[in-house]
Amino acid sequence: MRQSWQRITALAVKELLAVLKDKRSRIVLVVPPLLQLIVFGYAATFDLNDIPVAIYNQDRSAPSRDLVARIVGSPHFHLSAYIDHDGQIAPLIDTKEVLVVVHLGPRFTADLSAGRPAPVQVIIDGRNSNTALLVQGYLREIVRDINLSWAQRKGQPPPLASLQVRPWFNSNLASRWFIVPGIVGLLTLVVTTIVTALSVAREREAGTFDQLLVTPMRPIEILIGKSFPGVAIGAIEGSFILVMATYWFEVPLRGSVGALYLGLFLFLLSAVGIGLTISSLAVTQQQAMLGAFLFLVPAVILSGFATPIANMPDTVQLLTYVNPLRYFLIILRGVFLEGSSYSDLYEYYWPMALVGLTTLSFAGWLFRHRLS
Amino acid sequence: MSHSAALEFERLCKFFVSDGMRVAALTDVSIAAQAGRITGLIGPDAAGKTTLMRLAAGLLLPDRGEIRVLGIDVVAAPLDVQAAVGYMPQRFGLYEDLSVQENLELYADLHGVVARQRSERYQELMHMTGLGPFTGRLAGRLSGGMKQKLGLACTLVRTPRLLLLDEPTVGVDPVSRRELWGIINRLVEEEGLSVLLSTAYLDEAERCDEVVLMHAGRVLGQGSPRSFSDPMRGRAFHVSSPTLAKRILQNRIAALPEVVDAVVDGEQVRVVTREAKPPELGAVLANDSQVRIQAVAPVFEDAFVAALKTGRSFVEPEFSQPDRSTKSGDVVIEVSGVQRRFGEFYAVKDVSFSVRRGEVFGLLGANGAGKSTTFRMLCGLLPATAGELYVAGRDLRRAPAQARSRLGYMAQRFSLYVNLTVRENLRFFASAYGLDRRRRRERVDWALTTFELEGYGNTRSGELSLGYKQRLAMAAALMHEPEILFLDEPTSGVDPLARREFWRRIVALAEAGVTVLVTTHFMDEANYCDRLAIMSAGALLAEGSPAELKARFRSAAQPSPTMEDAFIQLIERQERGDGLAA
Repeated sequence: MRQSWQRITALAVKELLAVLKDKRSRIVLVVPPLLQLIVFGYAATFDLNDIPVAIYNQDRSAPSRDLVARIVGSPHFHLSAYIDHDGQIAPLIDTKEVLVVVHLGPRFTADLSAGRPAPVQVIIDGRNSNTALLVQGYLREIVRDINLSWAQRKGQPPPLASLQVRPWFNSNLASRWFIVPGIVGLLTLVVTTIVTALSVAREREAGTFDQLLVTPMRPIEILIGKSFPGVAIGAIEGSFILVMATYWFEVPLRGSVGALYLGLFLFLLSAVGIGLTISSLAVTQQQAMLGAFLFLVPAVILSGFATPIANMPDTVQLLTYVNPLRYFLIILRGVFLEGSSYSDLYEYYWPMALVGLTTLSFAGWLFRHRLS
Repeated sequence: MSHSAALEFERLCKFFVSDGMRVAALTDVSIAAQAGRITGLIGPDAAGKTTLMRLAAGLLLPDRGEIRVLGIDVVAAPLDVQAAVGYMPQRFGLYEDLSVQENLELYADLHGVVARQRSERYQELMHMTGLGPFTGRLAGRLSGGMKQKLGLACTLVRTPRLLLLDEPTVGVDPVSRRELWGIINRLVEEEGLSVLLSTAYLDEAERCDEVVLMHAGRVLGQGSPRSFSDPMRGRAFHVSSPTLAKRILQNRIAALPEVVDAVVDGEQVRVVTREAKPPELGAVLANDSQVRIQAVAPVFEDAFVAALKTGRSFVEPEFSQPDRSTKSGDVVIEVSGVQRRFGEFYAVKDVSFSVRRGEVFGLLGANGAGKSTTFRMLCGLLPATAGELYVAGRDLRRAPAQARSRLGYMAQRFSLYVNLTVRENLRFFASAYGLDRRRRRERVDWALTTFELEGYGNTRSGELSLGYKQRLAMAAALMHEPEILFLDEPTSGVDPLARREFWRRIVALAEAGVTVLVTTHFMDEANYCDRLAIMSAGALLAEGSPAELKARFRSAAQPSPTMEDAFIQLIERQERGDGLAA
C-alpha cells in the first residue's frame, strides 16, 4: 500500500514536471484561458447596444419628435441617419448601415389627436433573427412607455391590464451574469481535456509508455497518477476564473462555495476521464489533439452554455445527458445566481461522477489493451 | 589514371540553432570526392554525415565555405545540381501503398524521364536489384533490404552522374547488404557513376576507394582505407586461451595500460596495442602458459578506435547479485510456438527458444526480422496471437504487477523523459519500482557513478548525446536490480567506442548472475553472447552458441566462417526452400 502511494506520487510529480517543463504546454495553460476570459467576459453578450437606426419622420410635430427622442436617447439605439423619402430605406438596410428604420407617417399626430390608433412602421433587417427579435422588443418597450405617459397627460384611464416585470436572480437581466459563470466550466473543460489528452499520447509517441508499463505499476496507479495533474491544473485554472468572475466581473456569488467545489471536482474527474480515454486511443499527440477538439466543440454547443437545451430536438437533448458540462453549468449558475447549496444540486452531482467513473475505468483498461 | 573531383567541399561550416544555442554541425570541412570512385563518409551518429549529404544535394545552405558538385556551385545553382545528382536519404520516401512498379513510375514522372527510355531503364533496374519478380508487390510489404533496393532503383531512374547515399545499409540484413554493395560497385564500374556514401558500419570502409573519417562535425582524416590501417601494422593481435572464457579474457586484457582496444572477435580476443609490440599478458594471466598470441593484419576499425579513443579510463562496473529465486542453469525464459499477427502479416511466426539463468542470449537479425515484437511479447506489452511465453515462470501478460519488478527493459528507441533531468529520470524509475527513499538515493548515486553520468545529473536528458542517452536508459532499467534484463538494440546508432563500453557492462552484468536478453543487427556483437537465435522475416532460423552456429557452416572453402557468413548461408538456405536449418 505504502509502495503503491509512493509510485503514484512519483508518477504525479513526473507528470506535473512534464507539463510545466515543456514551454509549449506552459503556454497552452496560460494564454488561451486568459484570452478566452477576456473575449467571453467582454465581447460575448446577448444584449444589443448602439443599434444603428434611421428615422423617417414625415410628421414633424411635437408627439412624433417626442417618440423619436425616446428612441435616439435610449442606450440601445444609436442614430445613424434621418431620411426623407421611401427610396432611401432599402439601400440603408441592404448595406447594413442601419439595422432598423422607424417610419412615422404624415398623419401620426393627426391620428393621435383624433383618438385613432396611430401606426408606427418598423422595418428590421431580419437576416439575424435573434437580433431582429431583440430590436423589436426594445422598440415595443419604448412605444408602451410613451403610450402610458400620453394617456396620463390626457387624463385617460390607463390600459386595463399591464405587465409588471420583476426579473429574479438577475434583476437587470445583465447577460454577463449568465455568461461569466459559464466560462468557469468552459475554460476548465478545455484546459483539463487538452492537458490529459496529451499525456498518454505524448508518452506513446516518445515510447516512454512501454517503459512505464513494464514497471510494477498497476493500471489503477497509472490512472491516478495521470489524473492528478489534470485535476490540479483544472482546479487552479477554475479557481482563478472564479475569482475573476466575482471580483473583476462582479457577478454575485450567492450560494455555497463548498457545493461549487464539489461540483468542480466531479466535473474535473469526468473531464480527466474523457481526456485520458481520448489519449489512450490516440497513437500520436496530433491525433489526441484532434480527438480533444472533436469532443470539445459538440460538448460546448450541447451544454446550454449559449443556447438553451430545451430548444434542441429531443434526440439531441438525449445526447446532452452524457455531457458533464451540462450539469456543471447548472451547478455554476445555481450557486452563483440562485444561491444553491449541496442538497439542491444532488441530482447534478451523480451524473458527472458516473461519467467520470466510466471513462476513467475505460481509459485504465485501454492502457494495456490498446495494441500498437 | 587521373580523377577529377566529382564533389568538393572547402572550409565548410554549418550551424544549427537548438534550444536557443548555436550548435556546430560541421566545422571547417574540406573534402574532395573523385569522379568514378566510391567515397565513404565514416563516422558515428551525429558526426555530421547527413548534414554533409544534404548540403551536397543543395537542400541546405552552408553558413561558410564553398561546395562544388560536378563543377557546379551548389549555392548559386542548386537546381542544376539536383538535376545531375541522385540523393537517397536515410529513410527513402517510398509510397508504401503503391506497388514496386508504381513507385518506379512515380519517380520517373517526378524526374521527367522520357517515356520511350522508361521500359528499358525499368528492366535494367529490376534486373540489377533482383526485384523483377516483385514488381506487382506493394512497397510496404517488402523486407527492409528490398525497400532499400527499391529506393536505390527509384533514385537511379534517370541515370544521375553522382549518387549520394545516406546510410543505405543501416539495419539491413547481411545478404541484402552484400547485394546492395554489388549493385553500387557495378554502377561505378559499368556506368562510371561517382558515389558518396555514408555508413556507420566500419567494416564497410574497406569496400570504399576513399574514406573520409568524421567525428563530431570534423574531418579526422581522408585517404584510402589502407592508408588508415597500414600505420597500425604490428599493433593488432589475436589472443586465445583454451582455459579462459573469451569474455573474461577480453575484460582482463582491456584493463592493461598498453592496450588500446580489446574485443571479442569470433572465438578469440582481438587486441590493439599502443605500440607495435604484443601485449604483456603476464600481469593479468599469471600462470596461464596456454595463451596464444598471434599477430594479425590491421583493419580500418583498429585505426578508427585508436584515433578516437581518448585517455579516459573506463570505470569497471560493479553489479550486485540480484536476489536468487532461481538456481544457476535454471530455465528462466521459455518461448514455445509463439506467433504474432498484425492483420495479414506475421511479424513473428512459430518461434521457440529458452534462456537459462545467467546467460547472455542474443536475438540476431535485420530490422523487421521480428526481434522487437518478440521482446514486446515477452515483456507483456503485446499479446501473442498463438503460443506461450514464460518469463521467470510467468506469462507477464497475465501476471500480477509485482512479477514485472523482476525484469528490466530497455527499449530500442531512447524512451526516457526528455524534459526531465538525468537525476529526475533515475529517481522516477526507482520510485516506479517501489524503492524506498534511502535505497532510492543509494541507487541513483550508484547509477551516476557506474554509468559515468556524474557530471550530467542536472542535465535535461534530451540534451545528452546518443551514447549517453543509451547509458542513462540502461541505468534506469537497472535501478531495481532486476534478475532478467531485456535490451532491445542497445548499440544501434552509437559509435564503436560506446558499443564496446556497452558490451563490457553487459558482460559484467552476466558475470553477476543477471540473465540478459539482447537484440542486435550487428553480426560481430553476436560473439559476445553465450547463445543466440538468428531471426529473419519473423522466423527463427537457428539457435545455439556462436561457435556451434559457425561450425555448422565450416567448409573447405570457408575454414573459419564469421557470424556474418553463417547468417548469409542460413538465409540463402531458407530462400532456396530447404526449410529451417536443422
